[in-house]
Amino acid sequence: MPSEASAQPSFATSRAAPADVAPGAPAHLPKAVALISGGLDSLLAAKVVQEQGVHIEGINFYTGFCVEGHTHAIRQREGDKPKRNNALWVAEQLGIKLHIIDIAEEYKEIVLNPKFGYGQHLNPCLDCKIFMIGRAQAWCEEHNFDFIVTGEVIGQRPKSQKKNAMPLIARESGAQDRLLRPLCAKNLLETLPERKGWVKRAELFGFHGRNRKPQIELATHYGFTDYAQPAGGCCFLTNEQYSAKLSDLWQSRGVRDYTLDDVLLLKIGRHIRPAPHFKLIVSRQQGEAFYLEGYRKTFIALRCLSHVGPFALIDGSPSDADLELSARLLARYSQGRDGALVTIIVERPGATGEVLSVAPLLPEAVPPSWHV
Amino acid sequence: MTVMPCTPQVAAVLDVRRLLCPIPVIRTQDQVAKLAVGALLDVLCTDPGALQDIPAWCRIHGHEYLGAERDGFEIRIRLRVMAGVPLQTKAASAVHSHDS
Repeated sequence: MPSEASAQPSFATSRAAPADVAPGAPAHLPKAVALISGGLDSLLAAKVVQEQGVHIEGINFYTGFCVEGHTHAIRQREGDKPKRNNALWVAEQLGIKLHIIDIAEEYKEIVLNPKFGYGQHLNPCLDCKIFMIGRAQAWCEEHNFDFIVTGEVIGQRPKSQKKNAMPLIARESGAQDRLLRPLCAKNLLETLPERKGWVKRAELFGFHGRNRKPQIELATHYGFTDYAQPAGGCCFLTNEQYSAKLSDLWQSRGVRDYTLDDVLLLKIGRHIRPAPHFKLIVSRQQGEAFYLEGYRKTFIALRCLSHVGPFALIDGSPSDADLELSARLLARYSQGRDGALVTIIVERPGATGEVLSVAPLLPEAVPPSWHV
Repeated sequence: MTVMPCTPQVAAVLDVRRLLCPIPVIRTQDQVAKLAVGALLDVLCTDPGALQDIPAWCRIHGHEYLGAERDGFEIRIRLRVMAGVPLQTKAASAVHSHDS
């Protein structure tokens, strides 16, 4: 049993009794869409409602900033455990369909102009939650689903899961009382699915706070063991280093905007900015080099000819002197770093490459402030 | 390793090379929605994550994953579009009968 016993139902499974059903008429089979991040809370929330006989399908939103997959897959080494997509894994555990929806373009407005502001870094968590639940509500209307399930827990997150944020999210998203948070429902007002008898309030939970013990106990009860527990959440915008790179991008370009390629490239390689008007993105291993090579038609590219070394892109408008400095910087990360000269080829998009022989920069010549 | 050749039986080849998961899954999902039941789809990709993600997506949506071949960094995944019966249909039907 979860430790917060007073707030918990027993774990006995039962079906919700249908309400408002005329004698002889087929019962309404309630349908809910669950927001599936891939973490434990959304897995449990969907499971709790599914156990009450509700048809569940999952939605996973792709914002471009999702931690899932991406850099782990690019940087995978021989012998590494294969990286799974946790949202797909959750759907498979539950035996439900998962609809992955690309909202990256619309999401820009949320990142650039959050009505309720940012969290600790550039994470617009409250606006994000409102936006996603609003999209889920629209999906429900389009597909004739009855309500929305999320894994929110009061007090779990500092910004978007405060108690006073819960009704705000329900109201601002337009979902209103069709938004059910099964893990903390007992701490909130009754919702439509409860009033309709589609789910029994007695079998929902009253979790609150940052303590994960009740969720872990519930996971054990259901037999879930291999669930994801990302330490930094599921969004790169909550990451200090990533947010710093995004701020640097905006500052260097003089405009708060980004493309999907910008967002992806910020996840990869070392970002080194010797001057405001250009930066290098230097691969750290072969998978990253291969990925960055895909941008050779868009960016100036540098690679070592004389030694084994990384691949780099230049973002910005470097002068010839800047290119030579970039070549020396790249040489510093090659196996020729201790030698007198390293040969680097500089390739501009659509032009013949220029070969430079340069002395690798000494470590003390690369100030820490260059590292974004 | 040899990449599977395109054959007349393949209804579509989806090129998602250099796109990172979950984008290959999203594009596969969108492409499958346009194809008839029984059609074969080849997905060309470079993100090794797709080797886990696309088979998983096929399993949960009821499509048939036919295999993958690698040629260096490039991967070709083949699947067959099925009717896509949700995995929980049986459970849902049971509930419906019970409630009725």
